[in-house]
Amino acid sequence: MTSSSSEIAARDLEAARRKNASHGLRGGRFKPSWIPLHLLLVAGSLAMFVPFLWMLFSALKPLDEIFAQPPKLLPKLWQPQNFVTAWQGADFARAYFNSVYIAGLVTVLTLITCSMAAYAFARIRFPGRKVIFGIFLATLMVPFQLTVIPLYVIMGQLRWIDTHLALIVPPALFNAFGVFLLRQYVRGIPLELEEAASIDGAGRVRIFTTIILPLLRTPLVALGIFVFLGQWNSFFSPLIFLNSDRNFTIPLVVNQFKGAYSSDWTSLMAATTMAALPMLLIFIIAQRQIVQGIALSGSKT
Amino acid sequence: MALAVDVKRRRRTEALWGYAFLTPQLIGLIAFMVGPLVFAIVLSFSSWDGLGSRTFVGLQNFIGVWQNAQLRQSWLNTAWFTALQVPGLLITGFFFAFFIQKAGRLTPFYRIFFFAPQVTSTVAVGAIWLWLLNPDISPINSLLKSLGLPNPPDWLQNPRTAIPAIVVVSIWQGLGYMIVMFVAGLQNISPTLMEAADIDGASEWQKLRRITVPLLSPTILFLSITSIIGSFQVFDYIYFFFDTTAPANAHTIVYDIVNFAFRQFKFGFAAAIAVYLFLILLALTGLQFLAQKKWVHYTE
Repeated sequence: MTSSSSEIAARDLEAARRKNASHGLRGGRFKPSWIPLHLLLVAGSLAMFVPFLWMLFSALKPLDEIFAQPPKLLPKLWQPQNFVTAWQGADFARAYFNSVYIAGLVTVLTLITCSMAAYAFARIRFPGRKVIFGIFLATLMVPFQLTVIPLYVIMGQLRWIDTHLALIVPPALFNAFGVFLLRQYVRGIPLELEEAASIDGAGRVRIFTTIILPLLRTPLVALGIFVFLGQWNSFFSPLIFLNSDRNFTIPLVVNQFKGAYSSDWTSLMAATTMAALPMLLIFIIAQRQIVQGIALSGSKT
Repeated sequence: MALAVDVKRRRRTEALWGYAFLTPQLIGLIAFMVGPLVFAIVLSFSSWDGLGSRTFVGLQNFIGVWQNAQLRQSWLNTAWFTALQVPGLLITGFFFAFFIQKAGRLTPFYRIFFFAPQVTSTVAVGAIWLWLLNPDISPINSLLKSLGLPNPPDWLQNPRTAIPAIVVVSIWQGLGYMIVMFVAGLQNISPTLMEAADIDGASEWQKLRRITVPLLSPTILFLSITSIIGSFQVFDYIYFFFDTTAPANAHTIVYDIVNFAFRQFKFGFAAAIAVYLFLILLALTGLQFLAQKKWVHYTE
């Protein structure tokens, strides 16, 4: 049985988790020292959670209850119509569609281009390999604000301003972090696997698609989560590159909504709830994969 | 001789395959990174509004950055933001990670709450806090009043509290990532070390100082470097809270770059500010790498 470094890493994580689980709750026997520990963690969790509850319940209040002193968390009169107002106040359906397809497309394309480049850097000999890889690494230091002005000019030349191409093509075709992360994992795949396939007559493309890609599953999922989250929540690029309402993504719609409904707090909170809820639900369902993906992406750099 | 030719040809096909696999990212590297980077540096020595002709102005932009009173203020604001946010994030992140990994089977349960703001967009987080910090309706101010503080500030509009308030929002959102990274680091510390320390009669504080922190130092360095880079680029909250009318004490450097570039179309001047930002980030990262010899402990 051969195993890649990614599988080993995943197994280690699992083992550490199990060990830790048995460490903390020794067979479920009660220890008095848990009381302050859990009090502290519950207090911390409440500090994180109450703002979300506040958002949700405010979205269900009539406007005059907002100004009640002292403020109450729960509405006296439940008014779910705020969500209708918010839904009609901006084109949420289209914004959801735009956000999903931009983030989805960038994620898929990034995974393809990054794994290809990672394979080239890790396994194929070509002149300039080291230098080009060094350049990739060096660009990790460049702040986006430095390149965004020329990028804006380039997008203007290509007539891509106010189109989704400006948001999809640059991140899909260039992600130095993704290339670096995946290269680390390709290097961990045993070379014998490739040599065996090569003797059987498999070419580079076959080896890449049938051996390398399946073994990269763990880091690909991790990078995919990382890229999708970043794109879904991205505010800076859409703000710079998009102008028309019909192209807006969810964060832009919320921002626009804030401008237009500045005193209509309940509708703003309904809009915010609609923006935040899908990702929160996905996160609650898939929290372990998402957290491990983020940890993996961070720890390899 | 035929063999040598054969090897040569095989090497050449090998190289061609290398470039083929690299092509998509290589195009991206040139078109969306190296090209724009060179262009940005050229721009920083030019005066250009994006339409007319570009003129070379030497160091004028770079000098102008320091003559602009608002920008001087913005650098200070950004540095103040970083000085508050990065230690705040690292300390609260370590604090909660330390306890959350002791929660055993409940660790994933608590993690949901701490990580939830991380998967929420900065804009949605901004909207929630715009509400929580608004003096007319703020439950926080109401709580402070009931605790005996008669005049809690208008957090975002008061020049003294604007940056600290935004720091609180950003820590609230960024905490989950810190916890996840610290927990991963803590789980790598071998329990036998702790047991040995227990046998030697070490106190909890001694174990923390002598074992946990040194073994965690690579994680701390990584998080410190990436947090400082992120913190110097803070923009989303500021723009969402204030739109284009941020008070002078709440401007950050990226807010000004966007303002000069995309509202006033002073591309050259904005590029010069961005070059300074780049140089400052390089220097701060370099300094941290230099200083790591003094305190970062690598096991391998």
